[in-house]
Amino acid sequence: MSGNALITRALLLPSLVTGLSAPEWDLLVRQGRRANLLARLAHRIVEQQLMDRVPPRPRSHLLSALRMADRQSSAMRWEVECILRALAGVDERVILLKGAAYLLSDLPTAKGRTFADVDILVPKQRIAEVESQLMLHGWQGTHHDDYDQHYYRQWMHEIPPMRHVKRGTSIDVHHTVLPESARLKINTALLFQSAIAVPGHGRLYVLAPVDMVLHSATHLFHEGTLDNGLRDLFDLDCLLRHFGAIPDFWEQLVPRAAELGMRRPLYYALRYCSKILNTPIPVEVINELEPGKPAPIISSMMDFCYQRALIPQHHSCSTKGSRLATTFLYIRSHWLRMPFPLLVQHLLRKAMRNSTARAWETLFTPAPEKPEP
Amino acid sequence: MYAGFDTCPEDAFADFHVAVIRESGLLNWMKPRARFYFDGRPSFIPLPVSQSFAMLEWGLNWCVAAHGHQYLIIHAAVIEREGRAAILPGAPGAGKSTLCAGLINRGWRLLSDELALLDLDSGLVCGMCRPVNLKNASIDVIRRFAPHAVMTGPVPDTTKGTIALMRPPEESIAARDAPARPAWIIVPDYSPEASPELVPHDRALAFMLLAEQSFNYDIHGKNGFAAVGRLIDACHCYRFSYSNLEDAVRIFDRLAGGCE
Repeated sequence: MSGNALITRALLLPSLVTGLSAPEWDLLVRQGRRANLLARLAHRIVEQQLMDRVPPRPRSHLLSALRMADRQSSAMRWEVECILRALAGVDERVILLKGAAYLLSDLPTAKGRTFADVDILVPKQRIAEVESQLMLHGWQGTHHDDYDQHYYRQWMHEIPPMRHVKRGTSIDVHHTVLPESARLKINTALLFQSAIAVPGHGRLYVLAPVDMVLHSATHLFHEGTLDNGLRDLFDLDCLLRHFGAIPDFWEQLVPRAAELGMRRPLYYALRYCSKILNTPIPVEVINELEPGKPAPIISSMMDFCYQRALIPQHHSCSTKGSRLATTFLYIRSHWLRMPFPLLVQHLLRKAMRNSTARAWETLFTPAPEKPEP
Repeated sequence: MYAGFDTCPEDAFADFHVAVIRESGLLNWMKPRARFYFDGRPSFIPLPVSQSFAMLEWGLNWCVAAHGHQYLIIHAAVIEREGRAAILPGAPGAGKSTLCAGLINRGWRLLSDELALLDLDSGLVCGMCRPVNLKNASIDVIRRFAPHAVMTGPVPDTTKGTIALMRPPEESIAARDAPARPAWIIVPDYSPEASPELVPHDRALAFMLLAEQSFNYDIHGKNGFAAVGRLIDACHCYRFSYSNLEDAVRIFDRLAGGCE
């Protein structure tokens, strides 16, 4: 806990910000911006009525982040509305995942959260229909390369991301929550069965609380690039603190994880939430997860990696071994994503294509344009 | 260019941490390039080393436009005289930087040649008084018009053509932290043969222009709409066609003197 980044400590204990020096504020804003947690911090500070005690210069950055987050929330709500209209003719429930789901369910997790694209989940047999309806309403497919198409459609849990021609917004249409080729086999049908309706939105659904936590855990602990890792861990922390108050939530969690095939990701989620963010977790739940936990050597290796990776990706936070840890987790994510022969084949394809692309880049110096996102 | 500014002490709060760093590698040894870094991360693609300073300025503009949402940010020049500010919006090529560079060498105070930062609560405009970006023919125009102005050498072949930067007058730099109350919205319209003419401009069109030229109008939503409305209400709106900076100085001075 005490070794945590300043942004992490400030989010856990917002009153800390009243005693910060100018250079500490400088660092806090930079870490918050890099980790996509600045608006969340701003929100916590507003909630605790501490904004007046923030010096004017950092305050303006917090207010800027809040404005942006507010705007993203309303844009996200509108985008979901557009998607529902586009899919009006498809007789199927639309399940929102991740950020959009937190927002439309009015969960505290959504407060001050930044959003990029909308993720939806529909049954596999409906994918073609959903895709064509979206295309009719202005969304275009991406990744037109034959190999990418094959890769997504054959092995992934989603079709290639679609982008709206006018609004420039992106949607990921999933039919399950992990790649089809992944080691972990998920019982997707169960997720559909327990989804709950979002009041006032017709056919719009979100995953049930327990499933939402399990999906968030599975997503984070299969992720290869953890640029938003700390933000996602805070999402989990926030979900656990919020849903933890619902009767039966903790009792259902581990049995449900077993049923869906998500015990291991849940184990890691609870371990690092409690280790890094001090999330309160009942001891019975920890005990329930004891059998089948990773071997001690794996466990210490994972501790080494995740404690170095679930930090703001800012140079002030990198420690000895962070590079090694992120590389290892990147490789691990690919390892989990597909069987070894397929992985070798996939990486070879990508490596060949990247080297050709790089050669072209050195031949022609492209015109400068907007910064990288 | 920044001689009139203080350096930021190590133990102070800085809005942005940026760097322009020479790229390494064989290719860059033959054709040296530099890259803009935002808080330790490379942003934009590398450009020839000769464009480094311009890249720093563009990078800083991006920092403000992408992170300064406490303001409504409008793509416009802002100059001030006796507490009243003129906002000069307009598409690139309409002559706003040239007009702005000319006027600040004749008694107007520079707030910004590119980014008007409107505080939504107070209705005041803030500026940063950073160097003025001059492009192509404007460089010689200003050199002739204000021979004592401090300018960088021209940098050819940038995406915006040949550019040079001009250091703002000392008085402007000294007053850089003081915001100003907008009094005029003046849409510049340079054309080589135009006779100088300041005519009232349609207020609805001025509204639309400001909204369109704002980088974050959408982010402010309803508040942004209301703020632009209040700004238009508080200002006289004009269109100004000109071909000669001496005419511009005369007309703007008369405007500031309250004759219009």
